[in-house]
Formats: sequence, C-alpha cells, structure tokens
Amino acid sequence: MALILNEEQKMLKDSANEFLAMNAPVEQFRTLRDNNYQAFDEELWQEIVEMGWTALTIPEEYNGLDFGYVGLGQVMEEMGKSLTKAPLFSSIVLAGTALVNSTNQGLKSTWIPALMNGTKRLAFAQDEQSYFDPSNIATTAIETAEGYVINGHKKMVVDGAGADGFVVVAKTDEGEVGLFLVDANCKGMAITTEVLLDAGTYAQVEFKDVNVGSSQRICETGKGDELLNLINNTAAICLAAEMLGMITEAFGQTVAYLQERQQFGKRIGTYQALQHRAAKLFCEIELCKSIVIKALQGLDEGAVNLDELASLAKAKLGETIKIVTNEAMQMHGGIGVTDDVNIGFYFKRARVAQRLFGDYNYHLDRYARLNAY
Amino acid sequence: MKTALEDFRLETRKWLEENCPASMRTPVKDSGDFFWGGRNATFQNEDQKIWFEKMLEKKWIVPYWDTKYGGGGLSDVENNILTQEMTRLGCRKPIFSFGISMLGPALHKFASEEQKMRFLPEITAGKTWWCQGYSEPNAGSDLAGLQTKAEDKGDHYLINGSKVWTSYADKSDWIFCLVRTDFDAPKHNGISFLLIDMASEGVSTRPIKLISGKSPFCETFFDNVKVPKENLIGTLNDGWTIAKYLLTHERQMIGGVGETDVRRELHEIAKENLPLRDGTLADPVLRSEIAVQGMNDSIFEMTIQRIMDEAKTGVNAGALSSFFKYYGTEQNVSRMELLTAITGSDGLVWESENEDAKVQARLFCRSKGNTIEGGTSEIQLGIIAKRILNLPS
Repeated sequence: MALILNEEQKMLKDSANEFLAMNAPVEQFRTLRDNNYQAFDEELWQEIVEMGWTALTIPEEYNGLDFGYVGLGQVMEEMGKSLTKAPLFSSIVLAGTALVNSTNQGLKSTWIPALMNGTKRLAFAQDEQSYFDPSNIATTAIETAEGYVINGHKKMVVDGAGADGFVVVAKTDEGEVGLFLVDANCKGMAITTEVLLDAGTYAQVEFKDVNVGSSQRICETGKGDELLNLINNTAAICLAAEMLGMITEAFGQTVAYLQERQQFGKRIGTYQALQHRAAKLFCEIELCKSIVIKALQGLDEGAVNLDELASLAKAKLGETIKIVTNEAMQMHGGIGVTDDVNIGFYFKRARVAQRLFGDYNYHLDRYARLNAY
Repeated sequence: MKTALEDFRLETRKWLEENCPASMRTPVKDSGDFFWGGRNATFQNEDQKIWFEKMLEKKWIVPYWDTKYGGGGLSDVENNILTQEMTRLGCRKPIFSFGISMLGPALHKFASEEQKMRFLPEITAGKTWWCQGYSEPNAGSDLAGLQTKAEDKGDHYLINGSKVWTSYADKSDWIFCLVRTDFDAPKHNGISFLLIDMASEGVSTRPIKLISGKSPFCETFFDNVKVPKENLIGTLNDGWTIAKYLLTHERQMIGGVGETDVRRELHEIAKENLPLRDGTLADPVLRSEIAVQGMNDSIFEMTIQRIMDEAKTGVNAGALSSFFKYYGTEQNVSRMELLTAITGSDGLVWESENEDAKVQARLFCRSKGNTIEGGTSEIQLGIIAKRILNLPS
C-alpha cells in the first residue's frame, strides 16, 4: 500500500487542523493548566464528539464511521501539535479498542455507543510499577460464584479522575490476563490523582476486594493476552502519531526561531553549528513520518507484523522526540527555559508520552526479541 | 487494468525464473562482481554473459527508457514490478553503468534529440563505459571552483586541466565533464557540461590507490585535448544546472535508493558468530547497537518508499536527494562498523588464501568514502539547512 494519505484522510487532517487552531490552540492548554490543572474542557470534548472523531474507529454496526486508524492517527497528530487535552486517547483508543474487540455482546452494546457519543467515558488501568511491563501483572481477579473479586493497585491511569469506569487488567485463575469493566462507583475502590510533568492528571486506583459480575469480563477465556497485546500496540501507535505532531510543531517553532533571532549582528540560523544540527533533526523526522503512517496502516490492515511496527514506531518516535525537544530548548536559548513561551510545554509533555506504553528501551528490546536476537 | 498488471507480474516472474542463471541470483561481494560493459567489455564468467545478453534481448538493460533509445518502454508501475520481482529472486543488475544512473537522466533532460539518438542507444546496449569528471585537486566540496579550462577554438574546444576521483577512468570509454568556459563570470555561471572521448589524444589517467587496497578512482589529465563542439550538452556556461541535476541522481545512487541487492541481516550474522544466552545475543551493548541499526535501516527503507509515493502525486522531492545521500551513507558506514565488530578478528583479514575471507575488511575500508564522495555529509546537511529549512546564509 502506498505510504500516503488518500483524499478523505487528507480532508480529515485539514479539518482537524482548522478546528483545533480555532477551538483548542496551545493557549488553551496553558489556560487549563493555570486553572488548577484542569484535565480537559467538557465543552470542547462534546464538540470533538460532534466532529465525529470518537466514531472514526467504531464499526458501522454501532453507527460508527469505520474510517480507520490512519484517520484517527491524523487527528492524534493534530492534537499533538496543539497539545489538545481531551479523553480521546483514554476513552476511544484504549477502552474503545478493548470493547470493539470484545466478545461480550452485552458490554459492547451498552458501552460502545456511550463512549462514541461522549455520554460516558472509560479509563484503562494496566500499569502497576513505575515502568511499563504488561507481562508482570500482579492484580488478581479470582473467580467466585457470582463473578470475580479484584485486588490490586494500578497507576498511570490516563484520565482516570472522573471516569465512569475502568477497563482493568488482572491475572485470572487460569494464569492469563483478563480484562474487566469495573464501574467507578464499585465498593472497595479508592481513586487518587497525581499531576505529572505534562500538567496532565493521572490516577492511581486501589482495588480492595472489589466484586464484579461475570458479565463484566470483556473477553472470553484464552483471548485475554491477545486482546491486551492489541490494545498496547494500538496505544503505542496512536501515541506515536500524537508525538509526531508534537515533534513537527516543536521543530517548526525552533526553525522559525533560528530564522529570526539575531546575535552578533546576524541571524543565528546562519551558524553552521546550528544549521547542521537542525538538518539532522529534519532527517530523523522524515523517518518518523514514515513509520507512523506505516504502523497506522498496519492497524487498519491487521498486519501480521503489527507487534514489530508498533515497537518500531514507539521506539523511533520516543527517541526522536527526546532529541528534538532537547534541541528545541537549547536552540531557543534562555527564553526556552521560561514559562512565557510554549516550547517548554512540548518538552514536558514529551517526557510523559515517551514513558506511556513503553519507552525507547522497552520497544527497542521488544523489536530485537521479535526478530529472535 | 489491475489484471493486466497482475499478468505482467506473473509473466515477468516466470521470465526471470527461466532466464536468470542461478549464480546471478547470489549477492554481489564487491564491485569486481559487476559487469561494466564498454568497448572492451569483459565478462567475469559465462553466466554473467548469458544474463546480460538475455536482458539485452528483452530490452531490459534500461527497462524504463523509451524504445527509440533502446529502452524497454515500461511504465513506472511496470518498472516497479520488474524491480520488485528482481529483488524477490535476488537477481543482480545485468550491468553497472554510470551512463544509466547518472548521465542518462541528464541527457534526457538537457541534450538535443540528435545527441540523445547518438549517446543513449550506446548506453542501453552496454557499449559505452562512462565515467564522471567533476572534482579537481582544488575543487572538492567547493565543486563550482573548478579550473579545468575549455577554450573556444572555432570548430572545437581545447581542454587543459585535470580531474580527480574519476571512477574507473582508466577503463572508461567516455567521460562527462564539467569545464570552465568563462573565467570572468561568477564561478557558478562560467561552467559547461562536455562529453569527451577518453581515446582522444592528450587524455591520460593514473589510478589512485585507496585504503581498501583497490583503485576504483583515477586522476585524469587533459593536455591540449580537442573536443568537437557538438559534444557540448545544454547551454554554454549553464553547465552548473546540469551538474546539480545530475548530482541529485548520484546522491540517490550512493544513498542506495532503488537498490535491489539483498543484504543479510546483521542480527543473523551476529547469531552465527557470537555467544548466545537464552537464545539472544549475550552481549547486551552490541545487541542494542544492532537493534538501533535494524530499526533505522528498516524505517529508512519505508521512507524511500513514502517519498517515492509522494513524488508520484506531484510533491517535489528534488531537495530530498540530499537527505537520501546523507542518511543512506551514514547508515552504510555504521552498518560496516557494526559488521566489523560482529565478525571480530575474522572481519579484519586482509590477505588470505581464501579469497572470500578478505572481502569484508576491504569493503569496510571502502565504506569510509561513502560519506565523502558525491558531496560530503556536511555538504548535504548544508543543502538541507538552506534549501529545505530555509535557514539564512
């Protein structure tokens, strides 16, 4: 398949760009942060729902658009450019992927329309340590007569505060992972929140003898590991798309600064020491664009090497965004480390995006393992 | 339409399977394995001769050129299919020719029809071995500072000067050359593009021995060489335009764009050579270096495809040739460095009774030239900074 957008995908990207420039520029990110780290703007979220972005990856049988991940990736990229805060990633990319690929018809028919229409939202509770390691889940879901009892502690739950429920990853009696949909008001749950470097709010969720009905199990026995892997691949690829937007925007602002800032009576962009570093970043960004579209297409096609594409995407984007944001700060000089300009926002959001769903080291190692070395 | 292309693919696959000898489907070890063509063409072996002649008969020496120049007249899509099928079977190129990869595109764009009819069919027939006369002892990165002089003597130009890094000049039949035709104009505006027969009186060459032990390059001297005026390509004093155009093709060639050679994966070589622990490479540092190389090689390949796909929709990819050249050669240099680490002392063998054993150390040394020839990495980064990023001069 050609590694370019088709006409409809281009139109979606352009309209997302236009909408966000008008309704959610970076200044809105600053406003939300200054408003005691507000997670997102509910009004904007409902407008996003009206734009149809929450329906892009929802099948037609649920009245979704079935437009695909290449399309959703364009939206994620544009949101990355303007650092838009909205629960699209948590409720649609994470919980949405879990439910769309679920075998539990009851949960699907209740929750998929609610997520798509923005009437409810779900968060995804997986991490238990300070690092990403889906192969070591300690949270347990022990089968009882009526369902399951869940015990464990989750952290780094994106948009966890105020969510109507959680998709919880827990080890079952069979020794595989199971995914369970747990209402936020279940007895035995304690939700606390932390603000991280990126001014985002992340929840920690304590599960203490939380009883859930057997109808809350998202997928049947024997399919949990596979579904979790698909969610994690999808998350890595969509985050990579968001990071691409952040990278191109931070780099664009930096190049513009090199073109205008004067020192020693010359524009600093004339200095070869800076020119060559900027040119090297350009090259790395060209590679980033390619792996992101390739991986998004892989999601739509159900590529057999999706694991590899996801790890290549998250590893490459993770490493490049580190270098690009560091260089962006350095090239902006003193002004770059002040809160007056926006470039620092990209640097701070980058560090969180790098860690979420596996950092550079994790995915480079996974890529090597997938290739049997 | 799709069926016609599917048919073409199946026919092509069948034809290649029937006509490409088995030994021509093995990876080339070095440039000595190529067939170069030319007036005094010599084949390394019978299979090479068969393969070249079969492809010549099929008009697939340059499959995508017009049939009136001896090309195969294939569309871009058909040519892509042919390339894919050749890659799939591991078929070698039937000939290695700067006439095809560099001069040809320039002649197509800038030469008169008469000149095209004179030179292109000789290229598609593999009868002319072309070399490139660009750099001079005092004009390397500053190519436009070249001083080889072409004086107007009425019916001919009189050439005096010297060129350096002329690839295989000692074996070539013709040279495409940048010469200075106006010494008073600003340096970029006094250069012309001239084709010179290497058999002309006053042309001499001297091979340059490289650290690889081989001599693919020469110095070429012009001592009162007479060149007919009809050998001028394009407009007098506007040769820099052609030079730049041609350099974009050279950069893509050196950067490996459109390369059909199948290279072995580094991690496979590593697993054969180095200790393992639980089935993975025991050395964690080397393992991660191999993974970084693999990641970037693989994504660079996707990037070539993406930019080619974009070019088909009309996006101008011209300035990106500097990106291809820079990234492709840096990747090749780091790959050879890693290969040398992976193969340990075996990869350092310089002389041996076993001819195969000494190939790698020489290729490693040769690779050091990749980031220099065709414009250094620093020159490419400068072009990216100025032409793509619009950073000020």
